[in-house]
Amino acid sequence: MTAVSEQTGAWLAEFAAQKPAEPWLQALRDAAFRRFAELGFPTTKNEEWRFTNVAPIARARFAAAMPAPAEVETLAPFTPGIRLVFVNGVLANVVPELPKGLQAGPLSEAAATHLGKYASFDRNAFVALNTALVKGGALVQVARGTVVEQPIQIVYLTTDGQASQPPNSNLPHVQPRSLVVVGANAQCTVVETYVGTGKYFTNAVTEIAAGDGAVVDHYKVQLESPEAFHIATMQASLGRSANFTSHSIALGGALVRNDANATLSEGTEATLNGLYVVNGAQHVDNHTEIDHAKPHGTSHELYKGILDGKAAAVFNGRIIVRKDAQKTDSKQTNKNLVLSDDAVIDTKPELQIFADDVRCTHGATIGQLDEESMFYLRSRGIGREQARSLLTYAFAQDILDRIKVPALKVQLEKVLFEKFHEHGG
Amino acid sequence: MALLEIKGLRAQVGEREILKGIDLTVNAGEVHAIMGPNGSGKSTLAGVLAGREIYQVTGGQVIYDGKDLLEMAPEDRARDGIFLAFQYPVEIPGVSNMYFLKAALNTIRKNRNLPELDAMDFLDLIRQKMALMKMDQTLLNRPVNTGFSGGEKKRNEIFQMAVLEPKLAILDETDSGLDIDALKLVASGVNAMRSPERAMIVVTHYQRLLNEIVPDFVHVLAEGRIVKSGGKELALQLEEGGYAALGIYDEAEAVGKA
Repeated sequence: MTAVSEQTGAWLAEFAAQKPAEPWLQALRDAAFRRFAELGFPTTKNEEWRFTNVAPIARARFAAAMPAPAEVETLAPFTPGIRLVFVNGVLANVVPELPKGLQAGPLSEAAATHLGKYASFDRNAFVALNTALVKGGALVQVARGTVVEQPIQIVYLTTDGQASQPPNSNLPHVQPRSLVVVGANAQCTVVETYVGTGKYFTNAVTEIAAGDGAVVDHYKVQLESPEAFHIATMQASLGRSANFTSHSIALGGALVRNDANATLSEGTEATLNGLYVVNGAQHVDNHTEIDHAKPHGTSHELYKGILDGKAAAVFNGRIIVRKDAQKTDSKQTNKNLVLSDDAVIDTKPELQIFADDVRCTHGATIGQLDEESMFYLRSRGIGREQARSLLTYAFAQDILDRIKVPALKVQLEKVLFEKFHEHGG
Repeated sequence: MALLEIKGLRAQVGEREILKGIDLTVNAGEVHAIMGPNGSGKSTLAGVLAGREIYQVTGGQVIYDGKDLLEMAPEDRARDGIFLAFQYPVEIPGVSNMYFLKAALNTIRKNRNLPELDAMDFLDLIRQKMALMKMDQTLLNRPVNTGFSGGEKKRNEIFQMAVLEPKLAILDETDSGLDIDALKLVASGVNAMRSPERAMIVVTHYQRLLNEIVPDFVHVLAEGRIVKSGGKELALQLEEGGYAALGIYDEAEAVGKA
């Protein structure tokens, strides 16, 4: 226990030094910190964290990120839509005029009935820590029946203030918190983007509550700096006959963990897709949990990974079909393209089925570039490296094709194209 | 100087020797047909010339345009004017036909010291060649060969050949799986490309393709060797008497007779 208290001690100091929040929030913060102190950071003995060692985070010393200038337009180029930009945890832009039925801005008491209700901090120390330190954050509320045409973008930009930091100083951390509450039969698109420069720690929690019949299209684009730690949980609570789609695109970060979870009601349709591209010594862990709590739910899941260098990736896809959830239809696929001998992928489906009239399928593949395709391209004059880039890009293409926000699709195509052409192209 | 000179070429897959000493000379402007029963080594010869890496060359040499062909990577052979029309064209989901072909053409043009084509010029060229092969333009935006019918794939091979304008075209069983109309279309595409500067090696099991693409020379391959060479009349002779008339059998049968 000594180790745990040492690791949580510095966080306690920061927690204690926080300016007290309004009462509705302070009670939540207190409960969350208490739980965080009990749990401590997970170790690899914890089954949920078996393949992801967070010791580099547990051992490091952090301090809340200070306000810093940042080149927002370089790191997160503007795309049409409604945008909230947080720089080092602070909302940095003026919220534009919003269409009727939409509220978007910093967290406020309007969030009281929802905040912390979906993403439980009971079992997850990182969610507990985020909740204990929740400050600004983003609140998006879409009124019942409202259709928001433009994508709502939430950008979390973090910078360590460049080289001005002395080598032994504490690393900056941010605790981004997003709450998206979508009323019954409302419709919206939310794009979360995480970017940054230097070495820092992002610990994010996103809660999405979609009312009955709501249609929500969610994207999480993780383009953190190559040295960053990034831990994030997205928890969606989905109403009856709601239709929810989430795409998690993980390209940056040194040590990354994404949890994407959704709880379905009767007749809900949920899609969780993901793309992770890692090289060098990057580590990315994707855990997903789809909880079919009621009958007639449908879920689709497609996660694709591209691994190069000495990178490591984890995919753990849990699907729970509760006793009442008859007629559930669930499909999970995880495909990995491994480009080097030293990259490692651990992939595991985890099906917990308690109902008897359901259809659940799952499959995982791990493969290399197809030799026949390589030869075909080369036999037409295309060089080995370019052929490799083309086929790697092609592997990612079907995830990109599912992105319904044109500007985001174009942006990601460009990022990926450059990424795959950087070695030798 | 001959465009292609093959001397004593031997090649194997794994431990199994397939080509057991091939000699063949091909001059610019000539069309050579390579015929032979299944397992005789026809596709292996085509693959070795294009640089397919599963074949291990164990002897002999191949001089192409004055260069040691066997030392060259597949892409360098293509850039120097060798084109293989695949027996089984590969489906590549996620790579558009258009992007693929533009990348291929521009690398080859660069190697010929020609300027890269811009999008408009490329499109003009493509439209012209597609018309030649009576290909539907929507195929351009589809991924390479993905969801194409067998006939569309074969036509796409010849279409690529028309765009890339090789010096030496190797057609590996381009007739297989085609009905007579498709066969005629493919053959007319190939015939349109015959020229004094261009040589072709047409690999086929059946004579019917050679009614459409009339060769200058016919070689019969059996058990890894060229056992008979002649003019176009040799193909007709084979059509009448079959390979058995020459004492040649499919590999499986040949093994049975040994």
